[in-house]
Amino acid sequence: MITLSNVTKIYKAKSGNVTAVDNISLQIQEGEIFGIIGYSGAGKSSLIRLLNGLEKPTSGKVLVSGRDMGAIKGKELRQARQEIGMIFQHFNLLWSRTVRENIAFPLEIAGVPKEERMKRVDELIQLVGLEGRENAYPSQLSGGQKQRVGIARALANNPKVLLCDEATSALDPQTTDAILDLLVDINRRLGLTIVLITHEMHVIRKICDRVAVMENGKIVELGEVLQVFRKPQQPITKRFVQQVTEPEETKETIEHLLNKYPNGKVVQLTFVGEAAEQPLITNLIRQFDLNINILQGKISQTHHGSYGVLFVHMDGDEAEIDRAIDYIRQQQVEAEVMAGVD
Amino acid sequence: MWTELFPNVIWEKIWEATIETLYMTGVSVIATFILGTILGLLLFLTSKGNIWENRLINAVIASFVNIFRSIPFIILIILLIPFTNLMVGTILGANAALPALIIGAAPFYARMVEIALREIDKGVIEAAKAMGAKTTTIIFKVLIPESLPALVSGITVTAIALVGYTAMAGVVGAGGLGNLAYLEGFQRNHNDVTFVATVLILIIVFVIQFVGDFVTSKIDKR
Ligand SMILES: Nc1ncnc2c1ncn2[C@@H]1O[C@H](COP(=O)(O)OP(=O)(O)O)[C@@H](O)[C@H]1O
Ligand SMILES: [Mg+2]
Repeated sequence: MITLSNVTKIYKAKSGNVTAVDNISLQIQEGEIFGIIGYSGAGKSSLIRLLNGLEKPTSGKVLVSGRDMGAIKGKELRQARQEIGMIFQHFNLLWSRTVRENIAFPLEIAGVPKEERMKRVDELIQLVGLEGRENAYPSQLSGGQKQRVGIARALANNPKVLLCDEATSALDPQTTDAILDLLVDINRRLGLTIVLITHEMHVIRKICDRVAVMENGKIVELGEVLQVFRKPQQPITKRFVQQVTEPEETKETIEHLLNKYPNGKVVQLTFVGEAAEQPLITNLIRQFDLNINILQGKISQTHHGSYGVLFVHMDGDEAEIDRAIDYIRQQQVEAEVMAGVD
Repeated sequence: MWTELFPNVIWEKIWEATIETLYMTGVSVIATFILGTILGLLLFLTSKGNIWENRLINAVIASFVNIFRSIPFIILIILLIPFTNLMVGTILGANAALPALIIGAAPFYARMVEIALREIDKGVIEAAKAMGAKTTTIIFKVLIPESLPALVSGITVTAIALVGYTAMAGVVGAGGLGNLAYLEGFQRNHNDVTFVATVLILIIVFVIQFVGDFVTSKIDKR
């Protein structure tokens, strides 16, 4: 569906050149929800804007549905863009138009006759759940409703791809979840390919099939969401995973415990899928001569199954602890010994 | 009673002058709106980071606008005498005032248009581009509707300035209430004529302001 080959985007500025996208190659499958996560300035927006030709690559090739987005121009480019929907962090609705008129705008651009336009707008209003708000102006809507208008507008011309640039970053957590549910629903019902960028791991966890982690214009890690959660490779990925698996106070708690029990070890156990269902702790206590104290635990739901994290304190003979950790690893559970927190 | 209060006022002449003022203001406002909007759009579209980004054209239009905006109106009228003569065939009367009025006001309005357009959220223009909109669609369906309240309040201010300009033009022979106040009122020392002309100009200004404010608030859905 989408193929990037050695794509680089360099902005020329007086203060020097900025390499926003640095030699990225990537393939996104049809019908996939593909997430790109990174901190601010990583180059995510630049990357997603290359996909609909809002930016042209400095070098490399961007193919979307077989069209070379970097090379096409004029009418061909406008036609291609009508098949690629986009939604934005700040919604970018026309305040001078009602909900209905905003959703009709892309249809006007595509030259859809008035009667058909009205019919399509009604369908879309239903699809995104905005019945009753058709004649409201954007200023009269909540953030979540505005984004629903944004989504309806992006879907108006039956695109094959939907690009989401921080689409939930301006929304509160509940509204974020509602919008994410809507995106999954649309993805399933219409078979739409969705590319979304975000700085929130929660968004990736909730709806994405695969995730790419972006840093300084490069993709530093890429994989199935569950795999990335289970075994994050890069430090930056670990930090993102921690966003959703560890409650805020975990760091402090661990630090406190490391000070309190200088002899034992604090271990982070990570379970994925069925590994979460075996009585691991019971087995540990039975088989090893250890005191085990459960400190904290959390289970997160991803688009492809559950994922759990458990922090335990093990006290006992050093060699016995190491044997216990080996045993844990044999059970397909990740175990990481926590050092003092820096 | 009226004849006692205003012994020197000839009401037919006042009426005629009012019509002339309204005519000069009306025509010049319409022409200024069109010309100023075009210049303002060009200024905006050719500026950095915009659809028709072009340093040279932008600089040329900007200097044109700045020069004509800076020349005091009364001097502009004098400078434009040969041009007016060529265009209108005379330098007296209401029509002769039009070139100076329009050339004086359009650059002033163009700047307001440009400022109004710059206030539009860049994201909205980008969204339209992402939908595959043509530049003309962006101009007529995004830029103008999204800046309309500012365009209307700008033309209101400009129209009021134009009423003032017509009075000034009147002094140098263009007719209208300014001409009447100057020739009949001031030069002949008929204060009642000056008074009536002033009140009428004030009424015109208030009506323009009222209508402008009303329309602006009606179309502003932000
Ligand atoms: N139009 C531009 N001109 C110059 N530099 C830009 C432009 N757009 C983005 N950048 C720079 O490119 C880098 C990546 O930006 P961006 O793609 O917006 O990142 P992100 O969306 O991940 O925050 C930043 O350093 C930013 O300052
Ligand atoms: Mg961004």
